[in-house]
Amino acid sequence: MFELTDVVYRDVLRVDSMIIQAGSVTAVVGESGGGKSTLLKLLNKTLSPDKGSIRFEGEDLASRDSVTHRRRVVYLNQTPYLFPGTIRSNLQQGLFFQGRGEADQASLAAVLEEVGLDKSLDGDVKRLSGGERQRLALARVLLLGSDVLLLDEPSGALDDDSEDALLAMVVRLARERGKTLVMVTHSKAQARKHADHLFVVQRGRIEEVVSHGE
Amino acid sequence: MENDVITLAPWQVALAYLFVVVILFILRRRSIRREKILLLATVRMTIQLIVMGYVLTLIIDNPHPLLTMLVIVLMLAFAVFTVLRRFKGRMSPSLKRVVLITLPGGSLVALLYFLFVVIRIEPFYNPQYFIPISGMVIGNSMTGITLGVNTMINRFTDQKAAVMEALHLGATPRDASHGIINEAFDQAIMPTLNNMLGMGVIFLPGMMTGQILSGVSPSLAILYQIGVMLAILGGVSFSTYLFLRVGYRTFFNRQAQLIGMD
Repeated sequence: MFELTDVVYRDVLRVDSMIIQAGSVTAVVGESGGGKSTLLKLLNKTLSPDKGSIRFEGEDLASRDSVTHRRRVVYLNQTPYLFPGTIRSNLQQGLFFQGRGEADQASLAAVLEEVGLDKSLDGDVKRLSGGERQRLALARVLLLGSDVLLLDEPSGALDDDSEDALLAMVVRLARERGKTLVMVTHSKAQARKHADHLFVVQRGRIEEVVSHGE
Repeated sequence: MENDVITLAPWQVALAYLFVVVILFILRRRSIRREKILLLATVRMTIQLIVMGYVLTLIIDNPHPLLTMLVIVLMLAFAVFTVLRRFKGRMSPSLKRVVLITLPGGSLVALLYFLFVVIRIEPFYNPQYFIPISGMVIGNSMTGITLGVNTMINRFTDQKAAVMEALHLGATPRDASHGIINEAFDQAIMPTLNNMLGMGVIFLPGMMTGQILSGVSPSLAILYQIGVMLAILGGVSFSTYLFLRVGYRTFFNRQAQLIGMD
């Protein structure tokens, strides 16, 4: 699905070769500031490489319409931004940004249940804890149903048990729905447990260390 | 009515400079370091108005379409230059170009409609109407755009996370900037709206006061003032709206990426 060749972004990240297959679960681990988030932003096309090529389904990413691409390849930030308002308005906001109609009550309630956020849809997002904010942001992304999910530390604000449960849930949903999942995580153990492919970023260089998806 | 006008001799105006002396004294006494700007503002105001008085007399006594146009072009150039100077170092070259086009564009739409459709001035270049009304509309549009630019630049900085989140989720740059554009427009037109709310009750506007002082009947002066206020509202709104609708794009590159996001 993604094919990266000789990609360079400033002095932050260098990828000689990387392939992400459709329908796979890929984990990226490594030191903080090592370029993991940059990699996801390059795949989401909110950043463009200085050199090299990124191909998506065989097409050069540089020539793809950015907005159309991001609607298929959605990125969840490590510290997601919640828009002032309610849980409901935040969930609907994602759909609005994609130029789509509002979701019904049942779909909103279902996605909150999936991410384990037991809150009223009309609750103010100001009252959510760090972990709850992350779950809501994840729910907002899941509701979009995009083909590719790029998740940057989606469970970073949770304790170990909650983190494991949340990652297991995301991976299960991705596999059930045939989505491609690329996630950055700080835990190599979690990555090994859940992912088909494991990449390690070190000092701005990336290499695949585990591949047991095939 | 004209005979009732009290003529003002230069020495009488000189008496009004006493205000400046008093303020200068207060500033000195309180150690508020604003003496220089007070003196500069007073001197510049005096010289600029005296020069403008001679220029207007010359132009009104010798009306010519090219002269009227020249004055309007100079006013627009001064307005654009003032906005650009105010944000020196904070505006990208492309945003400067947007100001250069939208400030004159929005002001002229309101101005030409007011002069040719509402007042129907004869001849079309009549400087007695064209110049003072242009000054008010262009001056207020300049203030509106200045507020719009300020809000837009500040919000694209302090709300970068919100814009980025929207882009990550698949928003177009326009949708990602929606809140910023609305807030900037709101900030830009608010002073004009507040002005309109208080007009005639809290204060009598300068133009109307001037007309009444020079002998025009209050009812005609008020009709002019209402028209001019609406033209000002039009000028501020059109120019700011145009600026914001085009200006937000300069914060994004061709790949719909926020410029300077990393």
